[in-house]
Amino acid sequence: MRILEAFSHSPLLIVYICSGDPSPKATPDLVRRLARAGADIIELGLPHSDPIADGPTIQAAAQRAIAAGMNTDVYFDVASVAGDAVPLVFMGYYNMVYARGLDRFAKDCKDSGISGMIVPDLPPEEASPLKDACVRHGVDLIFLAAPNTPPARLKMISEETSGFLYLVARKGVTGARSDVLQDTRDLIARVPEGVPKAVGFGISTPEQAADVIRAGADAAIVGSACVDLIAKGEIERLERLVKDMKEAIARAKGKAPIVC
Amino acid sequence: MNCQIENAAGIKFGRYGGLFVPETLVQPLLELAEAYEQMKNSDEFHRELKNLLKNFAGRPTPLYYARNLSLELGRKIYLKREDLVHGGAHKLNNTLGQGLVAKRMGKTRLIAETGAGQHGVATAIVGANLGFETQIYMGEVDIERQKMNVYRMELMGAEVIPVRSGSRTLKDAINEAMRDWASTFEHTHYLLGTAAGAHPFPSMVRDFQSVIGDEARRQISEAEGRLPDSIVACVGGGSNAMGIFAPFLKDDVRLLAVEAGGRGPGKTDKIADNGASLGYGTDGVLHGALTKILQDPYGQILESYSVAAGLDYPGVGPELAYLAETGRVHPRMADDKTAIRGFRALSRLEGIIPALESAHAIGYAMSEPDALGELTIINVSGRGDKDLATVMDYENS
Repeated sequence: MRILEAFSHSPLLIVYICSGDPSPKATPDLVRRLARAGADIIELGLPHSDPIADGPTIQAAAQRAIAAGMNTDVYFDVASVAGDAVPLVFMGYYNMVYARGLDRFAKDCKDSGISGMIVPDLPPEEASPLKDACVRHGVDLIFLAAPNTPPARLKMISEETSGFLYLVARKGVTGARSDVLQDTRDLIARVPEGVPKAVGFGISTPEQAADVIRAGADAAIVGSACVDLIAKGEIERLERLVKDMKEAIARAKGKAPIVC
Repeated sequence: MNCQIENAAGIKFGRYGGLFVPETLVQPLLELAEAYEQMKNSDEFHRELKNLLKNFAGRPTPLYYARNLSLELGRKIYLKREDLVHGGAHKLNNTLGQGLVAKRMGKTRLIAETGAGQHGVATAIVGANLGFETQIYMGEVDIERQKMNVYRMELMGAEVIPVRSGSRTLKDAINEAMRDWASTFEHTHYLLGTAAGAHPFPSMVRDFQSVIGDEARRQISEAEGRLPDSIVACVGGGSNAMGIFAPFLKDDVRLLAVEAGGRGPGKTDKIADNGASLGYGTDGVLHGALTKILQDPYGQILESYSVAAGLDYPGVGPELAYLAETGRVHPRMADDKTAIRGFRALSRLEGIIPALESAHAIGYAMSEPDALGELTIINVSGRGDKDLATVMDYENS
C-alpha cells in the first residue's frame, strides 16, 4: 500500500543500494541520507554470491558486502533500523528467499518495514508460492518486464505485478550506460494504462532519468551509478547526484515526450 | 494467469527444474525450446545430426569388454568408450546437436562456459566446423589449470574470455555467459554444456547425449543377449550420466551416479570440499533451475571442489535431482583418492587413460564391486590426456 501511495505523487526517484556495502553499519545512515537528498523509494539489495542479472559494479558491491558480514539476518536488522522516512523495497535473488523459507521471508520483510520485493530471477510463472506469502503479509511482489517481452506476456506481467511494474530499460545486465534507447520508450508506451511504471537498468545521469519520465514512466530507478559512488566513498557526490536527478525528473514531468 | 511456460513439455521434473531467470532471458529460452521441439520432429535435422555424429564425431563408439578389469573385480565390466569421440569426450554429442539447432535458428555466434575445457573445446570444434563466431567463458583459475585446452580452443578459432568474478571457476563462467546472452540473444546461441540450467537445456542436452545410452543398449544386447545389472557414470552437471541412463530408465537396471567426493564432506562457511550436490546438497535455485545445490544456510552458493575440474560444480541437473529423490538413480561418491586410483588402474589394466571425471566412476566401481551385480557398463566419458599434469601434481603433493 505504501508503494502505491508513493506513486500517487509521481514522478519518483528510486535509488538502489547494496546493503552491507561498505559495511552493514553504514547502510542505515546511507538510507537516511538518500531519503533526505530526494530518494522517494529505496531498493535495498541483499547481496548474493551469483548475481546473474547484475553487471560488474553491483557484482563487486555484493562481494564487498558479503565479505563485510552481510547476510539475511543482518539484512533485516539493517532494514529495521534504517527508519521509515521512505518506503523500502527488497531486491535480491530467489535462492536467498527460498533458503529462508518464502513465508518467513515475506513476514520478515513486513516486520522490518520493507514494503515490497523485487526478485529479478523469478518470473511470474514460477512465483505463485512467493506471491501467496506476500499477499498473506501485505508485501508487494514487483515483477519486471523487458524490451523483448512480447505483448501478451507484458499484459500478464502487468496484471500480476503489485506496487509497480519494473521496466528493464534495455537487454543485458545492470550498469551505467550512455543513452536511453528507443526500445525503452517503446516498452513504456506498451504498458497497459493505470499500471505504475518504473524504469531501471542503465540510468546513471539526471538527463537519462528525465528522459524516461518524459517518455511516460512514473519513476526512474538509479542503481549502479550510486553504488559506484559509494564504492569510492564519495557520499557527498552521491547526495548531489540524487538531488540533481530528483530535480531533473520534477522538471521533466508534464513536458511532452521527446521524439527521436 | 497466462500459462505459456507451464504448458511447455518437460519444464519440470517433479518439483525440480523450471525457468528461474531474469525476464530478458525468458523469451530467448522459450524461443529455443520451441525451435528445438520443431527440430525434434524434423527428419532432415536428424539426418544431418546423424551424419555428423557418424562421419565427424566418430560414432558409434565401441562398447568394450574390459577383460583385465573384469578379472580383477570378478564380474563382467564393459566400458562405453566416449573417450574416443572426436575432441576426447562425450561433449561433442551435445555441441553438434545444439550447433545445428543454432544454425537453423539463424544464429551466427556461439557462447559457452567451460570448466575443464572439454565443453569449450567441443564448442570450438562446432564453431569452426559449422561456421560460427565462438567465444568461450572460462574462469581464470581454470585457464591456469587447463592451458592446453585453452590453446586447442584458440587454434580452432574460438576466443577464450577469462572470468574474474566470484570463485573464477565454472559456476562464474556460467554466470558470465548468461549475462552475455541477456544482451546478445538476437544473434547468439548460448551453448550450455550440461544437462542443467533453465528449461529447455536439461531435456535438450539429455536428448542429445542419449545417443550414448541408445548405442550401449544395442551393443550390450548384442554382446550379452541381455541388459546390464548396473550402469555407472560420473556426475558433475550430469550430461554423460543422463545420456547413458535415459534409455534405461524403464528397465530393471541399477543406475549409479558417482559424484565428486573431493576431500570429503567437511565444509567451511564458503567452500564445499566436494562437488557432491546430490550427496550433500539441499534444494535451491542455481543457473535457472530448482535443483540440489551446495549452499550456505542463507542461500549463498558455495565454491565446490574436486580434483576433476569437470565435476567441480556446486549444482546438478534437475532431472538427476528428481531421479535421485524418487530412488530411480542411486547417488554415490568417489573422493579424489578413489578417482586417482581408478585413473591409474584403468591405465595399467586396460591401456586406457580415462579423464579424471570418468575415473570417479571407475574408482567407485573398484571400491564397491558388489554394488555392480554380475554385468555392468561404466561410462568412460572422456580421455585423460588433459589431466596428466594434474595427476602428476597430485602424486607429488
